[in-house]
Amino acid sequence: MTTTRTIDRASLGWLGLLVVSTVGLPWYATGGIGASALTLGLSDRPWLLPVAGLTFSLAALALIARDWRRHALLLPLVIAALAALLLQAFGIGLNGPVLPALGTLFPTAASGQTGLGLGGFLAGLALLGLLSDGLAARGFCRGERFASACVIIIVALLTLFVFFPILKLGAAAFTDETGALALGRFVERITAPNLWGLACFTSSQSCGVVINTLQLGILSATFATALGLALALLVARTDFRFKRALRALSILPIITPPFVVGVAIIVLFGRSGMLTQFGAELFDVRPGRWVYGLTGILMAQVLAFTPVTFLVLLGTLEAINPTLEEASKTLGARPLKTFSTVTWPLLRPGIAAAFLLAFIESLADFGNPIVLGGGYDVLSTKIFFAVVGARYDLGNAATLAMILLGLTLVAFWAQIRWLGRSNYVTVTGKSDAGLVAPMPPMLKFAAIAAVLPFAAFTIAVYSIVLLGGFVTDIGRLDLTPTFGHIWTAFSFELGTEGLRLYGSAWDSMITTLWVSALSAPLTMAIGILTAWLVARQDFAGRRAFEFGTMLSFAIPGTVVGVSYVAAFNVPPVDITGTMIILVISFVFRNMPVGMRAGMAALAQIDRSMEEASQTMGAGGAKTLRNVVLPLIRPAIFTALVYSFVTAMTAVSAVIFLVSARHNMATAYIMGRVENGEYALAIAYSAVLMVVMVACVALIQLLVGKRQLGRRTGMTGATAAQPAE
Amino acid sequence: MNRRSMLLAASAIALLPAMQARAQSGELVLYCSVGEEWCRVMSEAFSRETGINVLMTRASSGETYAKIKAEEGQPRGDVWWGGTGDPHLQAAQEGLTEEYRSPVLAELQDWAVRQAETSGFRTVGIYAGALGFGYNSELVDDPAPACWADLLDPRFADDVQVANPNSSGTSYTMLATMVQLMGEDEAFDYLTQLHNNISQYTQSGSAPIRAAATGETAIGIVFQHDAVAQTVQGAPIVTVAPCEGTGYEVGSMSIIAGGPNPDNARIWYDWALSPAAQELGASAASYQVPSNVNAATPPEAPRLEDVRLIDYDFATYGSSETRTRLLARWDAEIGSLPQ
Repeated sequence: MTTTRTIDRASLGWLGLLVVSTVGLPWYATGGIGASALTLGLSDRPWLLPVAGLTFSLAALALIARDWRRHALLLPLVIAALAALLLQAFGIGLNGPVLPALGTLFPTAASGQTGLGLGGFLAGLALLGLLSDGLAARGFCRGERFASACVIIIVALLTLFVFFPILKLGAAAFTDETGALALGRFVERITAPNLWGLACFTSSQSCGVVINTLQLGILSATFATALGLALALLVARTDFRFKRALRALSILPIITPPFVVGVAIIVLFGRSGMLTQFGAELFDVRPGRWVYGLTGILMAQVLAFTPVTFLVLLGTLEAINPTLEEASKTLGARPLKTFSTVTWPLLRPGIAAAFLLAFIESLADFGNPIVLGGGYDVLSTKIFFAVVGARYDLGNAATLAMILLGLTLVAFWAQIRWLGRSNYVTVTGKSDAGLVAPMPPMLKFAAIAAVLPFAAFTIAVYSIVLLGGFVTDIGRLDLTPTFGHIWTAFSFELGTEGLRLYGSAWDSMITTLWVSALSAPLTMAIGILTAWLVARQDFAGRRAFEFGTMLSFAIPGTVVGVSYVAAFNVPPVDITGTMIILVISFVFRNMPVGMRAGMAALAQIDRSMEEASQTMGAGGAKTLRNVVLPLIRPAIFTALVYSFVTAMTAVSAVIFLVSARHNMATAYIMGRVENGEYALAIAYSAVLMVVMVACVALIQLLVGKRQLGRRTGMTGATAAQPAE
Repeated sequence: MNRRSMLLAASAIALLPAMQARAQSGELVLYCSVGEEWCRVMSEAFSRETGINVLMTRASSGETYAKIKAEEGQPRGDVWWGGTGDPHLQAAQEGLTEEYRSPVLAELQDWAVRQAETSGFRTVGIYAGALGFGYNSELVDDPAPACWADLLDPRFADDVQVANPNSSGTSYTMLATMVQLMGEDEAFDYLTQLHNNISQYTQSGSAPIRAAATGETAIGIVFQHDAVAQTVQGAPIVTVAPCEGTGYEVGSMSIIAGGPNPDNARIWYDWALSPAAQELGASAASYQVPSNVNAATPPEAPRLEDVRLIDYDFATYGSSETRTRLLARWDAEIGSLPQ
């Protein structure tokens, strides 16, 4: 049979990789080509022999047994090899054995070992591949090998890069300063009165930090979702004249480096801000400091998160099958009725996804609260200062991080509850040539009324950003034009030796571009793949898998930074101070966004098309490539853009992960802001934004637009805009 | 994505660790905790003189301490230069930094040597800066404030800023200074009264003076050299050394234990204590007082001789117990007051 032969070829591929990586490739990061597990194991590192031995047993099994994938010995051998690999990797550290038993067993282990290299990692990968094959042969993922391999490998990656660092840090919440187990301390930390106080609702005292965080998150997500919906409706469903401008405008906040919006808001609305001074003279009142605190952070966050909600909702709106709305119209429903009974219910998954994203982003936001927070404490800044403040208290930071994690998980639970088990499929592959319904006029005016102030505010903020980089000192309103700031950051010389870059910002700029360009496609791939697995495959532990993927997003950047350094500074995964650790931290932090976008898109696409593809003999991978991916292009675009841009603008995790060799743009900007050099920070940010716009345009060009083969026609009086 | 491209992608991930760069000889990994500009000037000057390539990371002293602690298993940095003394002392106490007695030690000011002695020679003072405050002369009318007590004046209601001592070493220095100057209960009385005039407890230690420079507040309580730097940049800031006396910080330098380039670390250490290296600060708009007696103090720097300095007890007030107790009391008595 042809199918069995291809299956065997793939399994043999994994086996071949395993053999090559244990026999031929350097096992350690520092080793040469000959220093494989086998040669080293035979000389002075006998603890590598079990891995090599089990590899040969597997190879022997493949030679002897006819249907070795189903052989009873396969899974035990693979699991034993994985266990041997992990045990030696974690059991013997840099300076000798971590587990004393290994030390007595292997005396030479006292000299320790360095981090795993190519051989070690590929051997692990090959073993995971074999494991997934063996499991698929026993019915895991309904025998779908591609899905099984994806599940197993993603779970392994999540374990290594999400759970392992969290556990390592989480342990700190339950221990005291000396590292001994202290449950009492945990209870004391988690019940601290400055966490849960409700005084702000009854008096002028401030609330606990958890209450503050929740209050901010809910307000900010509500406003951002409402605005995002208004924007999406205007862009997708009306002939509003400034659609393109709105679209462009709403992209700006996404590509804005941190601190800049905060600084611009202070320049506009601070006590000596332009608009404040103007207003104070107009109404003859004493200029106030109202912008510091909840109001200011809320303004900055709504500005920053509306684009995310807009993109999610636009994707949802564009995927709604117009025949449904057309049917409603044909049956005589008024526009408002059509909207409230057809469009709105279909928008619910998008709205839930948008709200959730904005809520979580607000919980994790660090740049805005730190600039505009004033006395308003939120969890992310509190965690930051528990680590870097006047009193280093990792235990407290870990406890607060767990609270933050808990809040996020509750948000997911609520989303699942609210969405229930309803059906939101509208892209079915059947005839879906319909006309989108015109917006009810009332709703349109409401949307315009909501969007205009937002647009004005955004324009004001970005004028300051643009202006600020090119005048002497925007903070003190010294508006003499200058290119000095840009030149400090990006000076260069074209001489006989070619281009020489002297500016202080070049290094961080180049690293940032590299990290973003590497992490964006990886993030997108893992995110979309995960969405597909969760939405379309059946396998044991699917719910737990879905939950696990969200964890990394829920953890505040500061905690990710510190826990990554703690977990990956020593063997076996020794990557602190490299560019890889930056890439990996971004991939696993942003992957849930790609996944959420993918799931929202998939929820609207009927399975029947995939089933048709499979009935005609295509495997999981082929169906994914040829049927699913083209239909969820908007989600792919969202995932790529989001991960690229976040990698360029994230700050809190990065602070701990950057090194002299690999500095990031945001860390550089933060240094400048701390030093009060606002102009240089703003100038650098302006350059970053231009670069990002170019990159987003490039991504759009590469990904393209989904073609659903729908009619375009007249909506109202004027012709609909051709699709961009 | 087909199987082949997935394999390719997966092997690309696995390949990455092999590409990592490692420190080689002829290099020095510097963790720098002063302003970016000063860090840069120092690294470049050192590279020029010695031919050793400096890989510099700038982060605040709290961030750097957290980083060094997280990297304890395999230290990546060689020298931690700059930043307020307390986290350096804490690192010394925990054995994160290495003992080294530089031959240049004899040329240093008393306070710098005392810092070294307190830590068992695991750290050393490289500059000093006195605490004080700066006011915006466009917002403050005569009589100008000259003492700590003047800050309680009701005309400054909602117009004074200082950092939160939980997040900022600068503000903790103020708390400890007040306790040493007035006695603990009196100090908390003073801070409670001052609270009426405080508009905001900022997160960053130097944020109050930046706010004063742009007119967001009238008075910022900071280290005097930070206030002077604003004046030099053209802001209408007047620096005040409080008449009752004040505390100070000793900016410090430590060699990280087990770093990759220990020999180069010592070369840096000796060089950074030399008068020529210490005079570089002024060229980067940093006006601290250098610790080498032969180094010229920048003319803009607040002269320590003119400031009534208290005999700041770094060992006691830098210790973890005192710090935890004072901060807990601040949280309970000041931090919980209505804004």
